[in-house]
Amino acid sequence: MSRNLFKAKQYATTKVYRSRPQELRGSEEDKPNVPQGIMTKCPGCGKLIYTKLLIKSHKTCECGYCFRVSANERLEMILDEDTFVEMDHQLTTRDPLNFPGYADKLVKTQTQTGLVDGLVTGRGLICGYPTYIGVMDASFFMGSMGTAIGEKLCRMYEKATHERLPVIVFTASGGARMQEGIFSLMQMAKVSAAVAKHSQAGLLYITVLTDPTTGGVTASFAMLGDIILAEPGALIGFAGPRVIEQTIGQKLPEGFQRAEFLLEHGFVDKIVTRDKLKNTLGSLLKLHKKHEYDVTYN
Amino acid sequence: MDLTPWDKVKLARMPIRPTGLDYIELIFKGFVELHGDRLYREDRAIVGGIGFFNDLPVTIIAQQKGRNTKENISRNFSMPHPEGYRKALRLMKQAEKFNRPVICFIDTPGAFCGIGAEERGQGEAIATNLAEMMMLRTPIISVVISEGGSGGALALGVADKIYMLENAIYSILSPEGFASILYKDASKAETAANDMKLTAQDLYQFGIIDGIIKEPAGGAHNDFEYVTLQVKDAIGADLKELMTLSVDEMLEKRYQKFRNI
Ligand SMILES: [Zn+2]
Repeated sequence: MSRNLFKAKQYATTKVYRSRPQELRGSEEDKPNVPQGIMTKCPGCGKLIYTKLLIKSHKTCECGYCFRVSANERLEMILDEDTFVEMDHQLTTRDPLNFPGYADKLVKTQTQTGLVDGLVTGRGLICGYPTYIGVMDASFFMGSMGTAIGEKLCRMYEKATHERLPVIVFTASGGARMQEGIFSLMQMAKVSAAVAKHSQAGLLYITVLTDPTTGGVTASFAMLGDIILAEPGALIGFAGPRVIEQTIGQKLPEGFQRAEFLLEHGFVDKIVTRDKLKNTLGSLLKLHKKHEYDVTYN
Repeated sequence: MDLTPWDKVKLARMPIRPTGLDYIELIFKGFVELHGDRLYREDRAIVGGIGFFNDLPVTIIAQQKGRNTKENISRNFSMPHPEGYRKALRLMKQAEKFNRPVICFIDTPGAFCGIGAEERGQGEAIATNLAEMMMLRTPIISVVISEGGSGGALALGVADKIYMLENAIYSILSPEGFASILYKDASKAETAANDMKLTAQDLYQFGIIDGIIKEPAGGAHNDFEYVTLQVKDAIGADLKELMTLSVDEMLEKRYQKFRNI
């Protein structure tokens, strides 16, 4: 029956865009989210900042504004040096709907960004503690989740469950990958399932919500962390602010759907600035390290 | 005569089309509606309760469109708030406790987008349902009766068996929303409906749903009894099959069903 043809996996692998390990540490000229000039204008306070200084200060302005960072920059900020082992680097989508123009746009975006899709996954150490880590990259199709991201996440949770390790995921997403339609929607269920299995095994899952985290990512694995952290000022929500304004026909209040708003409403455990992020994650991993109880209580 | 995807979108939205409560009335006996999420308030966009399927007590959860303007307003045009999803989850956990299968009827343009919905965690509510339904230790069967819109539909759609009515649609977003995002023009909804592959036939081909419930010519409202008899047959056969499995086998199958998409 023709139906079985479609039971094939909806992702494929590519060998074209294999990144070399040195790219993970990021070079000074490869910073897509900060303009290349000597000075950079802060969208938060409007001040001009030396670009070099900005890079040294975790891409955070004095006013607290957090510039968006690429997945590779994030890994460099968070992981102990030279500990990252990437998984499924080559995994890409098969364009399950055969959507007009999508395949071409994918190749173009892959070439432009050097990424295969909007998520990097792997294993590494944070302050000496082993963990699986996934980092989304908003520069790839707005960080939207399609079959490639769904599959990569599931493989990571499953591996972490098998090896009894924690998972940390940095979210940054405009929502679902429209061009993958219903397949994209189903990734929400698929990834949540893998999270639930990891959780059922008694393992730690931390999410760090960064700007922007919306749509199907918010409504699945982003909100399922045992501990949910957020970066200051990050936009976090289910519906995008523009959609809400159109629906209700009124302007949204200042600060609506920002990290501080979510903290206030009880949906985020803690807002952490970038300079403290690595150590906060390290402490949380330490707090969840399995104890030898006979040693602890004697 | 073959209907185009856009014809089906229009058909699925016809006000005359049977709603969740119409299915409940014809398929189940002795339905007792249960209200509220025990946390914030009652959300009338989702109807939930207990009833008999033949002689078997089951929990039924349905997204509910109004059958006239006044009812539609009180039911928020079947666009649930977080409390609706939390009520649904409460009733599912209750079903698990008493070993009752859960039957869901999906019919929503999408989860509601508004200030209150965001303040109370629409994303969190949907996410929790996805994870909890995946682990729920009792059979779940979902039927998309008209519109299955986005995460708001999926939050009742993590099931062991999933059906769609012949003219129902199930998609990542409304064709209008899709067109305005991807083509920057909401009036291109018809093109979007074609490109999105949102019909029951598409989803069956993809292996995402388990079966299609046939409709009479012109739509479900033209012979509703014919439609409900098929739904009843499907539920009956599935429950029989699911109840031969151990709970762990059933959960593993449910996991793999989504894992392979
Ligand atoms: Zn600033």
